[in-house]
Amino acid sequence: MGEAVIQLDGLTVRFGKREILHQLTGALAGRTIGLLGPNGAGKSTLIQTLLGFCPASAGTATIFGRDIHKQARELRTMVGYMPENDAFIADMTAVSFVRLMGELSGLPSEAALERAHEVLFYVGLGEARYRMLGTYSLGMKQLAKLAQAIVHGPRLLILDEPTNGLDPPARLRMIRLVKEMRDTGKMNLVVCSHLLRDVEETCEEVLILKAGRIVHYSNLEEERKANRRFVEMETVGDDTGFADALTSKGCECTSMGQGRLRMVVPVEFEMREIYRLAADRDLQLRRLHYRRDTLEDIFLKAMGDVPPEALRPRNGPPPLPPALPN
Amino acid sequence: MAVYKRTYVPYEGPRTPSWSRFLILPRVSYERLWQSRFLIMFFMACFFYPIGLAAYIYIANNLSILEQFQRAADQYVTLDASVFLLYCSFQGGAAYLLTAFVGPSLVSPDLVNGALPLYLGRPFSRVEYLLGKLSVLVFLLSTITWIPGLILFGIQGSLAGWAWTRDNLFIAGALVAGMLLWILVLSLIALAVSAWVKWRVAAGAVLMAVFFAGAGFGGAVNQVLRTQQGYLLNIRQVIYTVWAGLFRTDPDNGLSLESAWITLGIVAVACLWLLLRRVRAFEVIK
Repeated sequence: MGEAVIQLDGLTVRFGKREILHQLTGALAGRTIGLLGPNGAGKSTLIQTLLGFCPASAGTATIFGRDIHKQARELRTMVGYMPENDAFIADMTAVSFVRLMGELSGLPSEAALERAHEVLFYVGLGEARYRMLGTYSLGMKQLAKLAQAIVHGPRLLILDEPTNGLDPPARLRMIRLVKEMRDTGKMNLVVCSHLLRDVEETCEEVLILKAGRIVHYSNLEEERKANRRFVEMETVGDDTGFADALTSKGCECTSMGQGRLRMVVPVEFEMREIYRLAADRDLQLRRLHYRRDTLEDIFLKAMGDVPPEALRPRNGPPPLPPALPN
Repeated sequence: MAVYKRTYVPYEGPRTPSWSRFLILPRVSYERLWQSRFLIMFFMACFFYPIGLAAYIYIANNLSILEQFQRAADQYVTLDASVFLLYCSFQGGAAYLLTAFVGPSLVSPDLVNGALPLYLGRPFSRVEYLLGKLSVLVFLLSTITWIPGLILFGIQGSLAGWAWTRDNLFIAGALVAGMLLWILVLSLIALAVSAWVKWRVAAGAVLMAVFFAGAGFGGAVNQVLRTQQGYLLNIRQVIYTVWAGLFRTDPDNGLSLESAWITLGIVAVACLWLLLRRVRAFEVIK
């Protein structure tokens, strides 16, 4: 793990008597960090605190080693922010708006104008860049917000619900842009979203908040590698030796009787082996269900909203549904 | 990078000094404001009085012209502080009307569309934001108030001679200080109204009401209580009292200079408080 992008050091935020963030501590080092949590978990407050909008009641945080309060101005030069809600100036053209935002970030006037054209073309608003922002559709406004966030070439881009209100093609375009920026290797991203799929597709690391506390932080790639693949199946016929044959291929099998079998398969195991072994024994496969741990599982476990028995155990085969009638 | 190369490229060029960034806001605002023909026509009309006064000063200092018209020259040649106080009253009124037209469009569009987090998420503070918005009005109103006033003073000084200039130098100071004070008060009221009333037309109406309702209520207080202190609710009377003090004349409205200064101070502080409550990157909903 490299140098921490965001270092949280007992960060606490209170609004009046209500504590919104409770002593957040941790080092976020991924190139793309997903920020997850249910409504009211404190995601937006964490972002606003990192941007210096909300004062911390206790503790502090650093971004690229710079304190969010003592070096706020320097930090804001390095950070791009795409807010969740509508944020634009209706009676300005997109190019004037993005240019203004570039200039406020310190770009000279001419450079800001040039960058405004570039980033508007980059996000796909090139043809509409002379239109008033007030006439834009929701998807176009999201793209304009993205353009203003990257016009000054930030080192850290904070995206708050980037796919909010987008139709499927627009969402795919936004995800593609986020991935492209991530893959340039010159920008770190924080993606705050309640859409697990967006985070799963774009992020390397995920931080899950609940009621102002960190309940889970992990590297998604490592989680994926660590997570086993699970297979549940039901057979008809003589299954003698079938479980042993699968075990010899590296699977951990548990026979539940009545032809029901559940197993954990190794990463290198090819699923066609199951069919081949069943065919060798003239065994009929009635049902076969395959899945692996998803971010949704991780999220639900972190939330603790569902009873533990309803979740698949991490180190054992999943529970089987009731047997089908013969 | 050419625009057709649709790849993300980080910016690594030079950056402007941070102290000068608030000046970006007036530049952008003027680009939008001057698209209004009405504003251009009204702005030009604001120079009629200074031009007329310049002609008056010229004529008053060239008595031979007056004699040709066989007029009593004596009644025209009095060019003292009262002339410039009248200039302040007239141009101050024009500045107020211009503020009522320009002021409401300064902060409210940013609030309506949630643009404040975009401003304040950059190396750009709340103070700089307010300074930038304030400077839109300060620069604009200066061009129709104290700058032409100083030019008129210069014309009078050059025509009347060094002795007049030396004896009346305080007029120049009173012009600049009085007009800047009025501009500051007007701008703060306009920004505060613009920050709290999001609809532009309504903000303009509220700005008008602040002055006319205050004047009306102050007049009523004077009538009912048989006092002159009701003028403290009339901002034009208050600023006139301060101007009169600066121009060393009697305001003749019964207000003391101290009470006028205190009233202006209270108005300015109240407007700043209102502005700072509203101009935030986020809103805490209770």
